[in-house]
Amino acid sequence: MCECQKNKVDLMLLEPTLAEYAAVKGSLITILQHTQEIYGYIPTDAVYHIAERTGETPAKIMGVATFYSQFRFTAVGKYLILLCKGTACYVNGADRIAEAILDELGIRDGETTEDGLFSLSLVSCLGCCSLAPVMMINEKTYGSLTPDKVRQILRDLRKEAQQA
Amino acid sequence: MNARIVVGQGSCGLAAGAADVYSALAQLLDASAPATLGITGCIGLCYLEPIVDVYDAQGALHRCVRVKPEDAQRIVDAVRTQDYSLLGALLIEKEDEEFLTKQTRIALRHCGVIDPESIEDYIAHDGYQALEKVLKTMTPEQVIEEIKVSGLAGRGGAGFPTWFKWNAARSSAGEEKYLICNADEGDPGAFMDRAVLESDPHNLIEGMLIAAYAMGAQEAVVYVRAEYPLAIVRLTAAIDAAREHGYLGDHILGTDFSCSIRIKAGAGAFVCGEETALIESLEGSRGMPRLKPPFPAESGYWQKPSNINNVETFANVSWILLNGGTAFAAMGTENSKGTKVFAVTGKVRRGGLVEIPMGKTLRDVIFDIAGGIRDGREFKAVQLGGPSGGCVPAALLDTVIDYKNLSATGAIMGSGGMVVMDDTTCMVGIAKFFLEFTTKESCGKCVHCRIGTKRLSEILERIVSGNGREGDVELLEELCSSVKDGALCGLGQTAPNPILTTIRYFRNEYDAHIREKKCPAGQCKPLLTYAIDAEKCIGCGACARKCPVGAISGELKKPHSVDSEKCIRCGSCQSACRFGAVQVD
Ligand SMILES: Cc1cc2nc3c(=O)[nH]c(=O)nc-3n(C[C@H](O)[C@H](O)[C@H](O)COP(=O)(O)O)c2cc1C
Ligand code: SF4
Ligand code: SF4
Ligand code: SF4
Ligand code: FES
Ligand code: FES
Repeated sequence: MCECQKNKVDLMLLEPTLAEYAAVKGSLITILQHTQEIYGYIPTDAVYHIAERTGETPAKIMGVATFYSQFRFTAVGKYLILLCKGTACYVNGADRIAEAILDELGIRDGETTEDGLFSLSLVSCLGCCSLAPVMMINEKTYGSLTPDKVRQILRDLRKEAQQA
Repeated sequence: MNARIVVGQGSCGLAAGAADVYSALAQLLDASAPATLGITGCIGLCYLEPIVDVYDAQGALHRCVRVKPEDAQRIVDAVRTQDYSLLGALLIEKEDEEFLTKQTRIALRHCGVIDPESIEDYIAHDGYQALEKVLKTMTPEQVIEEIKVSGLAGRGGAGFPTWFKWNAARSSAGEEKYLICNADEGDPGAFMDRAVLESDPHNLIEGMLIAAYAMGAQEAVVYVRAEYPLAIVRLTAAIDAAREHGYLGDHILGTDFSCSIRIKAGAGAFVCGEETALIESLEGSRGMPRLKPPFPAESGYWQKPSNINNVETFANVSWILLNGGTAFAAMGTENSKGTKVFAVTGKVRRGGLVEIPMGKTLRDVIFDIAGGIRDGREFKAVQLGGPSGGCVPAALLDTVIDYKNLSATGAIMGSGGMVVMDDTTCMVGIAKFFLEFTTKESCGKCVHCRIGTKRLSEILERIVSGNGREGDVELLEELCSSVKDGALCGLGQTAPNPILTTIRYFRNEYDAHIREKKCPAGQCKPLLTYAIDAEKCIGCGACARKCPVGAISGELKKPHSVDSEKCIRCGSCQSACRFGAVQVD
């Protein structure tokens, strides 16, 4: 398969979303959110496709997508780590958790491990500040983290993935 | 009456393992069991999660805290035998109980009490009675008057009188008007709104419907931040249930009033908490603030008259309509009425949600209710109002909590974030933390905000890395004042506050970094030196084995030493040494 084919995404998957929202004004962010849910990121092809169907320019769509931190433009790993760097987590040592993740997985904010298993994204607050420091992995929240605890969680997930 | 077992399932409960506790209990409770199993939202005792509330056949509450799945059997046994002493050490301690009993709960009155997924439970707790009263017996003007009497002011930060905003939107020309709920909760370290959304979504819906009736809106939107998936799930279900029960939609409760509510998920941008940026975002654009005037009350969402209120503001509304504005206004101070919810976090012993009448002091909240500083350390400062707020020092702990007094400290009431810091937090570091946040979140529209916050961050970075220069503090102050003046929206106008308050109260820490190249809190790595105290060191070598760069040398059983040229200040040696011989200066 040539490179360009490998990056092709199935645009048909966007149909239900576009059918519902393409004609509703003010729905661009919602459409992008669905797109990211479907593909795990915002593929360039999808941007052009959305442009065609909504009548917005690709530039406007990219302008909106890049404004919001939720949107990503590259594929993420099987496990997406959202590490909180909000005030409560900062005060309770979130930096040390980030260091432990760097140490264990070799990734920083916005990066993915080479095996495609883990991605790291720093976020501003997960609303569980009383359990700081906090991270969320694929919608499951982990609180009261210590560097050792984080290492253990990551190792367990890696094992889980290898067994699957 | 059957006994009831209720598991707290707010976000932090779930993070602490409440789902496993729930399934362990569910497995033990068969149909013949003498108890029902249910859930509730955030009790506010977040530091004690997972929490299981056992209501016995007489309705008395036995609250179990820090419950693990393996405790399920004990709980079920206690219920079966009706011998609640079996719960023993699971039961909450008196001190922790006082965390709640010392509070006055209005906005949070149902949180951790009712099942957020059951409209019946909400109705059984006086739910939708205020709406019925309003729609059937009051004119919109009377509703606005009642809110005026209550003195309710916006809980989202600015503290603007709520009745005034409703009235302005009502008086604006045009038939099509919008009501918007700001559930963006952008202050990193605050979760009051999350608690209401997850634990009492119908209260928000009811408050919004009353506001919509008062201002004359038929359509309402809740803008919820993307990081709150559970809040979105619970609110969606609540909206559906309310519609099915005739509280939402056309001809609500058989009256002429019709209103719909929908949810829009944010996409991660702090500036979208600012009302005009929020409107831009609702319209599907980049969330960049608009020039005011025109104010949203005149021209907001799709250029129509719009009113935006915060979640907590709405959470007070139905209570006020049921109990009267005077009852609400009876609480608080001259200029601030009612109660305020704070999310108390950081280095406190008991972290969670605290709702108190205005007029209490910071000390009441941080020491009396939240139990003071943990690990026996010393209180240094409390950060109020998040990135727009400031740090208040120990000397001002007796400051009375109301809009006016908190602003006088240089901080603000804000939305209710209260991050408590001890002597291990560096004040220059915390200012840098917030400025990095605002630099990243600045929308870029104004030069002073876009570039000014960046330059401020750079100066702070230079100070914490030991390259601070004489005159940097004055430079910061000067730049802060031009950023304040040159910014269009609240983000830029308030971004300098964390710097200005830390300079005002902790100038000595800035000076120590700049002149002595020392960090008094021992946090700024480049300014630390690690050394081994020869008196205390027994030469076990544990530190040397842990050091990642081989900076520690010494013969076994003889005092070791650190080569400060090689040392990368990782701190591993200090945690490795069991004899307290590694010292940081
Ligand atoms: C940068 C910035 C962020 C804000 N973030 C929030 C927020 O997350 N939640 C909120 O309710 N208000 C926030 N506000 C305040 C809103 O602009 C607005 O004043 C408030 O939602 C009005 O509701 P209230 O009158 O009920 O307080 C923010 C303001 C600024 C300038
Ligand atoms: S002050 Fe900052 S965030 Fe506000 S409009 Fe200007 S650039 Fe944007
Ligand atoms: S702080 Fe880290 S690098 Fe420095 S001596 Fe200790 S273990 Fe080695
Ligand atoms: S671990 Fe402590 S006691 Fe042991 S060699 Fe290092 S400094 Fe000395
Ligand atoms: S600051 Fe980390 S969860 Fe709120
Ligand atoms: S979510 Fe459980 S007490 Fe806060």
